[in-house]
Amino acid sequence: MIPLNDTVARLLLVAVVALPLIGAVAALLPAPPGLKGKSPEQAVLRHGVTVTGAVLAAAVLLALGFDHDRPGTFQATTDVPWIPALGVRLHLGVDGVSLPLVVLTALLTFLCALHAYRRMPDGPRPQAFVALVLVLESGTLATFAVLDLVLFFLAFEMVLIPMYFLIARWGGEGREGAARKFVLYTVLGSVVMLLGLLLLGLNAPGGPTFDMTVLVENHGRGVSHTVQLLAALAIGVGLAVKTPMWPLHSWLPDAHTAAPTVGSVLLAGVLLKMGTYGLVRIVVPMAPDGIHTLAPYLGAFAVTGIVYGSLACLFLARRGNGGDLKRLIAYSSVGHMGFVLLGIATLTRAGVNGALFANVAHGLITGLLFFLVGAIKERTGTTDLDRLALDGGSEDGGGAALYGRAPRLGGLLAFGAVASLGLPGLAGFWGEVLALLGAYHPADGLSRPAYLVYLAVGAFGTLLTAAYLLVVVRRVCMGRPPTSGATLALPDVRAHEFAAWTPLVVLTVLAGLWPALLLGLTEPAVQTLLPGVSR
Amino acid sequence: MTVLVQGTAGAVGNAGNVGNAENVVQSVDWLAIAPPTLAALGALAVLVADLFLPERRKSLLGWTAGAFLVLAALSLLPSAAGDRATFCLTTDPEACSYVADPFALAVQFLVLGAAALTVLLSVTTVRDERLPAGEYWFLLLASAAGAALLPAARDLATLIVALEVASLPSFALVGLRRGDGRSSEAALKFFLSSITATAVSLMGVSLVYAATGSMHLVRVAEGLRDVDPGLGTLAATGVVLTLVGFAFKTAAVPFHSWVPETYVGAPLPVAAYLSVIGKAVGFSGLILVTVEAFGAYDHLWGPVVAVLAALTMTVGNVGALRQRPDRARGAVRLLAWSSVGQAGYLLVPIAAAAYADEPGRAVGATVAYALMYAVVNLGAFGVVVHVGRTAAANRIADYRGLYAAHPAAALALAFFLLCLAGLPPGIIGLFAKVVVFSAAVEAGLGWLAVVTAVNVVIALYYYLAWTAVLFRAPAEPAPGTVGATGARPRVAGPLTAAVGVAAALGVVLSGVPQLVLRFAADVLL
Repeated sequence: MIPLNDTVARLLLVAVVALPLIGAVAALLPAPPGLKGKSPEQAVLRHGVTVTGAVLAAAVLLALGFDHDRPGTFQATTDVPWIPALGVRLHLGVDGVSLPLVVLTALLTFLCALHAYRRMPDGPRPQAFVALVLVLESGTLATFAVLDLVLFFLAFEMVLIPMYFLIARWGGEGREGAARKFVLYTVLGSVVMLLGLLLLGLNAPGGPTFDMTVLVENHGRGVSHTVQLLAALAIGVGLAVKTPMWPLHSWLPDAHTAAPTVGSVLLAGVLLKMGTYGLVRIVVPMAPDGIHTLAPYLGAFAVTGIVYGSLACLFLARRGNGGDLKRLIAYSSVGHMGFVLLGIATLTRAGVNGALFANVAHGLITGLLFFLVGAIKERTGTTDLDRLALDGGSEDGGGAALYGRAPRLGGLLAFGAVASLGLPGLAGFWGEVLALLGAYHPADGLSRPAYLVYLAVGAFGTLLTAAYLLVVVRRVCMGRPPTSGATLALPDVRAHEFAAWTPLVVLTVLAGLWPALLLGLTEPAVQTLLPGVSR
Repeated sequence: MTVLVQGTAGAVGNAGNVGNAENVVQSVDWLAIAPPTLAALGALAVLVADLFLPERRKSLLGWTAGAFLVLAALSLLPSAAGDRATFCLTTDPEACSYVADPFALAVQFLVLGAAALTVLLSVTTVRDERLPAGEYWFLLLASAAGAALLPAARDLATLIVALEVASLPSFALVGLRRGDGRSSEAALKFFLSSITATAVSLMGVSLVYAATGSMHLVRVAEGLRDVDPGLGTLAATGVVLTLVGFAFKTAAVPFHSWVPETYVGAPLPVAAYLSVIGKAVGFSGLILVTVEAFGAYDHLWGPVVAVLAALTMTVGNVGALRQRPDRARGAVRLLAWSSVGQAGYLLVPIAAAAYADEPGRAVGATVAYALMYAVVNLGAFGVVVHVGRTAAANRIADYRGLYAAHPAAALALAFFLLCLAGLPPGIIGLFAKVVVFSAAVEAGLGWLAVVTAVNVVIALYYYLAWTAVLFRAPAEPAPGTVGATGARPRVAGPLTAAVGVAAALGVVLSGVPQLVLRFAADVLL
């Protein structure tokens, strides 16, 4: 859209990855004169907004300067040797697959910083909070921008410690256990993934290399089926923990329930995407034979996850079960990520494009939902559905009557819910439809009957999803408005909340009405990842 | 002393053909043997100076010891240009007793550098605990001299002698806290188990000598390749028994049980010294005998070392996992068990060497890992010594609120622990693990790689738990805890310097991992 000099684009991408790191170090130092603000706390939170804002600006500029005529090739590439002994290079670049995720990450982190500026989570010093969020941002952006397997592993691991401390220090009830569970599960996954990455890199036909571009181009030629299968299995398991795939998901509900709002938004909106991104970027093109063997199993786990997540949500949404709203959205993530995995498991262009679309859509919608639930907790002091409904004052315990007490907040929650259930015209729709479409006609060599069963089960899952989300809307938004009493009135959406949520709402609508915006980027890139696949 | 021993060792191999006197005298390359020699000279200098220095000037001894170690480390520089060999047989110039090849230089650098850091750690402790200064520094330098000799030794006799020179002073160092029952008990346990292991090793060496007729590693390697079929069992038994002594020093399971008690009983800097240099002695000896001498029997020692590695890391990490935060000296115990676990990682590339095409390259991963481990483990011990000055019990619980009291110390310890765990920001720790994994995967030891992966997760649990304690809000001020007001320890200069150097090294290495990882890519042996 705007022509960017190659050097400028390269510098922008480097800045996107490096700026948050520099900012994190700066956040721990005392503020320089002139930037002291009202208090050190305020100064450092403002520093967080500035840095994430600059990163977002760089990411948007990069997206504008991205050559949309060739999204299948890596652009803004930097390639310098770092550790010759291991053959590790500082190799960065973006293509149509990673660019949307880079922008999404930069956007969500900026919105989180904005949110925290007005409403710092309860806990120790904000200096550490800002530094941790910035390291987290750098790690996720690096995951999407690096083109070296070992560097990918490093970036993948980089987010763990910040997220651990964000949950363990600023979280709610049961936070330490939840944080520990999160970090141990993910590390177990990622070391197994490392074994797979090493297997791929060391067995590359042209001598050991960890360069993703070389490995993608090679497309598994000359690598034996056993090695491909082992590598795909090891990397797949590692990424499946992160995604998370049923039955490896059990860390997610705990982590989400305990995490502060900002942590939940980043966890659901960004961190989970690292898992599916890795599958598309590494496993599918580099071990094609291996994933071909594993795909039916992946599909089976994916649809099980869809149904399991939805059933868990239905259970949590029922009256009297004491369901926690954050936990419910966490389980709904398991279901949504199931669609992403199903799309990948079809190994078709439609399916993988759908997966990438659903990835971004889930980041937008679930990010919004966690923001909204955080706001509800802030106002009512609870996310327990039963207590929320009772607090609403309705005698039948039927609903919290958010429409009546805080109309804009209620409206937004309803919007988020219908977007999440995949209403056509909103972002959630396209990804799921494309994933199911891919399952209707999976790649050659995959058992079509099996995939048709997955299709049916997945479609049934969308019904269940609609069911529980509507129950949630009914129990939180609807209900008889309280007859009297100022205590029952809730403050409606505040200015900073409005600022943080509007971009997500706008993008959800935009992606729903104009899917070509995203698919135009991903489709050519997917073609290079899946050569020879016609559908 | 060194020279004398070398001469004897050479003569053993030479005993067959004593012709004229000229042939028996081996030429000595003084520059090549400078590193261990300077350390040994330093030991003597300190011992003599102790007699003449008045009580209040004793602190000079520590600095002298440090200066000698730095000098010894600097003397590695001239050898870096190319391989130097000395004490070669006059009849067989290929068979040398002392070779300064890249492997020897790397391990000598590790040993001398780590010993110099230990000196910085010790200065405060020697003063605070009133340890006998002259003896302490003499023993430390003597042990370091042995440890520096070992990686360059290329015959079995020199290896065993170097092993003993490194070990014997450390028994005394462990028991140096006079009047402390625990210290003496630890020293006795350490001594008895260590000499048993060495005796077994000596038995093995003699069997190998019987089978091959040579002490020099190159000749042993040749001899084992076509050993008399009737002597096959003898040679195989010799090979396995020889490994025992070195496995003991590495603290490999089942020779690990001395570690926790010894570390707890010893003065803290001595425990730090044992955890790094003791292990360096063990693994470099293991590498030398396995890769250099017993190459023909790799089908035998390969699986043995692989199983040892798996057992060692599992037992060590589970042991560390079981440490309760409120147990007295829990911090040292945890580091002791974790050092056993880390020893397991060190063994993985050695096992891989048995299966690799280029064994000399595979073991480079061990050297790279050991260099990382030396830096961060000494750093961690530095902070533990610091905390131990106010909280004598040194429980894990005493570290609560360390960040509030000493932000720099807490951040440094967190960094060291995460390096040991192998997670960013401890990037060098992560890459050291990558190198170890890569050696295992390359050698096709998939099962060992998986066991290692599981162990990394177990280890993360306790390292992270400790790290989290550092940043917790300080507990109610209670006597004996770090957070207690008024009990803020004086910041000891040398200790700060030691932790600072270790942290700076760790950070630099995280930015430029190539500095240590290059050993993993080069052919060292």
